[in-house]
Amino acid sequence: MSAVLENIKPADAVAAQAPRKATNTLEPGWVRYALIAVALLFLTLFLFVPLVAVFYEALKHGWTTYKEAIVEPDALSAIKLTLIAAGISVPLNLVFGVAAAWAIAKFDFRGKSLLLTLIDLPFSVSPVISGLIYVLLFGSQGWFGPWLMDHDIKILFAVPGIVLATVFITFPFVARELIPLMQAQGSEEEEAALVLGASGWATFRRVTLPNIKWGLLYGVILCNARAMGEFGAVSVVSGHIRGETNTMPLQVEILYNEYNFTAAFAIASLLALLALVTLAVKSFIEWRLHQHRKVNLQMQVKNATEH
Amino acid sequence: MSLATSRSSANRVIPGFGLSLGFTIFYLALIVLIPLSAIFLKTFTMSWDAFWNAVTSERVMASYRLSFGAALIGAAINVVFGGIVAWVLVRYQFPGKRFVDALVDLPFALPTAVAGITLTALYSSNGWIGQYLEPLGIKVAFTPLGVVVALTFIGLPFVVRTVQPVLEDAERELEEAAASLGASPWQTFTRVILPGIVPALLTGFALAFARATGEYGSVVFIAGNMPMVSEITPLFIITKLEQYDYTGATAIAVVMLIASFILLLAINLLQAWTRKRAGKQA
Repeated sequence: MSAVLENIKPADAVAAQAPRKATNTLEPGWVRYALIAVALLFLTLFLFVPLVAVFYEALKHGWTTYKEAIVEPDALSAIKLTLIAAGISVPLNLVFGVAAAWAIAKFDFRGKSLLLTLIDLPFSVSPVISGLIYVLLFGSQGWFGPWLMDHDIKILFAVPGIVLATVFITFPFVARELIPLMQAQGSEEEEAALVLGASGWATFRRVTLPNIKWGLLYGVILCNARAMGEFGAVSVVSGHIRGETNTMPLQVEILYNEYNFTAAFAIASLLALLALVTLAVKSFIEWRLHQHRKVNLQMQVKNATEH
Repeated sequence: MSLATSRSSANRVIPGFGLSLGFTIFYLALIVLIPLSAIFLKTFTMSWDAFWNAVTSERVMASYRLSFGAALIGAAINVVFGGIVAWVLVRYQFPGKRFVDALVDLPFALPTAVAGITLTALYSSNGWIGQYLEPLGIKVAFTPLGVVVALTFIGLPFVVRTVQPVLEDAERELEEAAASLGASPWQTFTRVILPGIVPALLTGFALAFARATGEYGSVVFIAGNMPMVSEITPLFIITKLEQYDYTGATAIAVVMLIASFILLLAINLLQAWTRKRAGKQA
């Protein structure tokens, strides 16, 4: 821990040089170090150690065992199903997110706040309940169950059920990122394009889309991470048929319950890798948006001083 | 006034209102509203007595106590440490800060099943952390304490991410004024800083609590899942489903849904309060 504290000093010296930063800390130095130590200790214990542990457990018995666990047929089919579920649910919720953000950000209508609350609903529903919904709809005792059986269509305990549950779980992600972004941007640029004779579609493609692309990407990667990692909802509707209806998180559970820990952590490490990539892309986009805002602010200041 | 007129003319210029709103409502109804209504309609097929018995049985009451109790403790831990993490990330400079800041979102990005098996491995009696707790007589894995650990992990980003922007916008001049008027750092903290971040802390608490009550994936591995002791409500719903007791499962789901709707309402009110506070300060 003392090494950490020593490392802090140079950065602090830099901070002391900048007069605005120096006034940040009214509290005594030891309080500052103690708080940094507590925060880092807490994050190390709860975030960093688990992250390291996933990869350690996966690679404990060597690279060959790791590779064998991943190219195993059941594991490969789980990876394929996860990609299918995410590949269907992300585009669907992307289209929805853009449509909802367009309607909510560009127009005024009654019941807008109710609509916003309803869009957020899937976030506040327990994953297990999200799965239960589809059991009630498509199960043998469900609303559409008997009809589906007569027509020999399988939704529950099959791939369509997994896709539906994933769509439900990831429903708000893109909309939630785009709505505040488009509301903040207003619609002056679109109006200008339309007045100058651009078609609605061209305006969307050439004016709106470039403005929202980073927010869109942000929503998509979060949506994708959740789609690939969802466990509770998918667990209820999957039926756990090996090599057929197991996604990667479900495969992790099965292997773990069979005490095949190394294989379980091998698949888990792929999901952890996905989480790390998601966090890296997310940080990059946040940095881009920050730069973007800074440039905009500088331009505003420049304009203001010129006039 | 001119703003209002330009707004309404914008409504006329910009196309696609009918299409976008129509599709939004259609998709919302198809994916969320109609399926969700199935839960409530299913409960209406039960008699009141059957419903009441299903949602107040001894075993389910124990599961509510664990789910809500552990979620409450987890959220409280996150208020304290999440608040400190947010403060440290906003106010201090230290090496690796960008990395630490990005890592805070790990519980959002890491699939819950992965979190579940990893925490179990760490806290079991021969795990990296568990081996040091065991001699002290503290058992975490396969006990209610394990549920608290998992729910703390799951709720970690909420408090940090709600408090962080509020601290960033806070006016430091007020703190400096308090200090120059002779307030001690502790007084400055309790009288100036804390009142400003209380709405955000409460919002973060409510978000972490709401998420934790419904959590399943990260908990089932570490909990041990003993009925009456370490069985969370979502797991009990699954147990009912596996026994083909669909109505029983649905009845408990309704109770959980109503609890989460109340929480959602509380969160919306808290967020409105946070915004109002921020607006007043600006």
